[in-house]
Amino acid sequence: MINFDYIRPSTQKAAIDALNKDATSQLIAGGTNLVDLMKRGVTTPQKLIDINNLPLRTIEEGKGIIRIGALALNSEVAENELIVKKIPLLSLALKAGASPQIRNMATVGGNMMQRTRCPYFYDTVMPCNKRQPGSGCGALKGYNRMHAIFGGTETCIAVHPSDMCIALAALDATVVVSSPKGSRRIPFNEFHRLPGSAPQKDNTLQRGELITAVEVPDNAAFVKNVLYNKIRDRASYAFALVSVAAALDLKENIIQNARLAMGGVAHKPWRLTSAENFLKGKTASIAIFQQAANMSMKDAKSYGYNKFKLTLAPNTIVETLKTITGLS
Amino acid sequence: MSNDKSFEPEEKQTTLHEARRRFLKHSSAFAAITFASPILVKAAENELDEKASAYFEKVSLQLEVNGVLHKLSVEPRVTLLDLLREQLHLTGSKKGCDYGQCGACTVHVNGKRVLSCLSLAAMQEGKKITTIEGLANGDALHPMQEAFIKHDGFQCGYCTPGQIMSAVACVREGHAENEEDIRQYMSGNICRCGAYPNIVDAIVEAKKGGSKI
Repeated sequence: MINFDYIRPSTQKAAIDALNKDATSQLIAGGTNLVDLMKRGVTTPQKLIDINNLPLRTIEEGKGIIRIGALALNSEVAENELIVKKIPLLSLALKAGASPQIRNMATVGGNMMQRTRCPYFYDTVMPCNKRQPGSGCGALKGYNRMHAIFGGTETCIAVHPSDMCIALAALDATVVVSSPKGSRRIPFNEFHRLPGSAPQKDNTLQRGELITAVEVPDNAAFVKNVLYNKIRDRASYAFALVSVAAALDLKENIIQNARLAMGGVAHKPWRLTSAENFLKGKTASIAIFQQAANMSMKDAKSYGYNKFKLTLAPNTIVETLKTITGLS
Repeated sequence: MSNDKSFEPEEKQTTLHEARRRFLKHSSAFAAITFASPILVKAAENELDEKASAYFEKVSLQLEVNGVLHKLSVEPRVTLLDLLREQLHLTGSKKGCDYGQCGACTVHVNGKRVLSCLSLAAMQEGKKITTIEGLANGDALHPMQEAFIKHDGFQCGYCTPGQIMSAVACVREGHAENEEDIRQYMSGNICRCGAYPNIVDAIVEAKKGGSKI
């Protein structure tokens, strides 16, 4: 690993000031992704700003929301009483991610900031527009089994790797960030971005901004009928081939409201808005679920090795909805 | 053991084990000099590869390892795993993949199991670290160690320190209620020999055994 300077500020202001002062600096919290990237030479910050001393670890109830501090550990959030009771979908998604050791290190803010696990991004001798803009995309005509079927471009077909973020996207969370200009709130679905012509940008966070919290609506309708369904190559500790975060507000057998998002299919958590609108007011049935799944695949495109996702994705949507409604 | 010791020139070494370590250290140092700064090259020529690190700015660090307080200074890029193995000579924690994928380096930090290969040592200020060396009580093995021996929870043994540290945490966290739970919460520890059934049996027994885990 290339050596770097290390500082550990104790106030938010000092951390943000340090970040703004030095363009080669980067924040570190859990470090589970950043240290990995630094060892491989994918990321080479000249200064690390350790933010673990900042008081951003609280999980608390606010008015109509649950506020989760950016430094709350993934394992703490997953097992937190308030989260398990009020946002069980988030708890399920967190437990599906990484390993117990990594969840004990990784923070909520860091989870949102993790980079893609595209092998061409990780291998510094390969072309990758995300790592080195303009160098090309190795995955486009390469081994792209894990790659995107939605929203990809000729420049990048990498996928967003988080499980937690899929649940937060489905539940309409809000990201709270701080900068010298003050604080700003970003709707979760606008936090991560599609690659477009700038795949080096994973999200809409501006240089010098610090994530301080995530707020999740306290919505009793999306507590009972929820599931995070993660399909992967082994039963645990693997990234998603496809995952579905689903929450249904059911009365009798009628879907009052649905929230659906997919992981492993796009450069950002992929919200299934048309399927949600379609399901609203419908009586739960396998036929309805299949229609919802089919319309979700309208803009899907495969690149060779990931063709199987065109079948796996709709099947996972149907299976998830069947499991939640007890129709399987 | 003080940190300073690791920066002293190597003394004459006699055992095969040490000779092998020295060979590995030197060969990797020479492999690295192609890309290294003149300072590093000079240090390597003088067989003082470790001394080169003294030229970089270090961070002072105080931490407790297995109940012993250490006052150290480390380069920011040193991982907790490398600090434990190379400076404190606690080689029980293993370097498997070094990229957070195998769990062989699992240690407890303030009672929580983490991957020491993805933890920067400089970030452990004031923390209490427990490694596999700190588990036994003198010559009396920890109940989880006993259970691994009884159930043959290993073949080559390389992943075992990480498996045992993870297994102890698994029980303490309350995630060893049944076999399915154990498999799920031990999934961060890979065993390429495939001793998984025996590892699960060992954890089940240690949990049921009644001894304090």
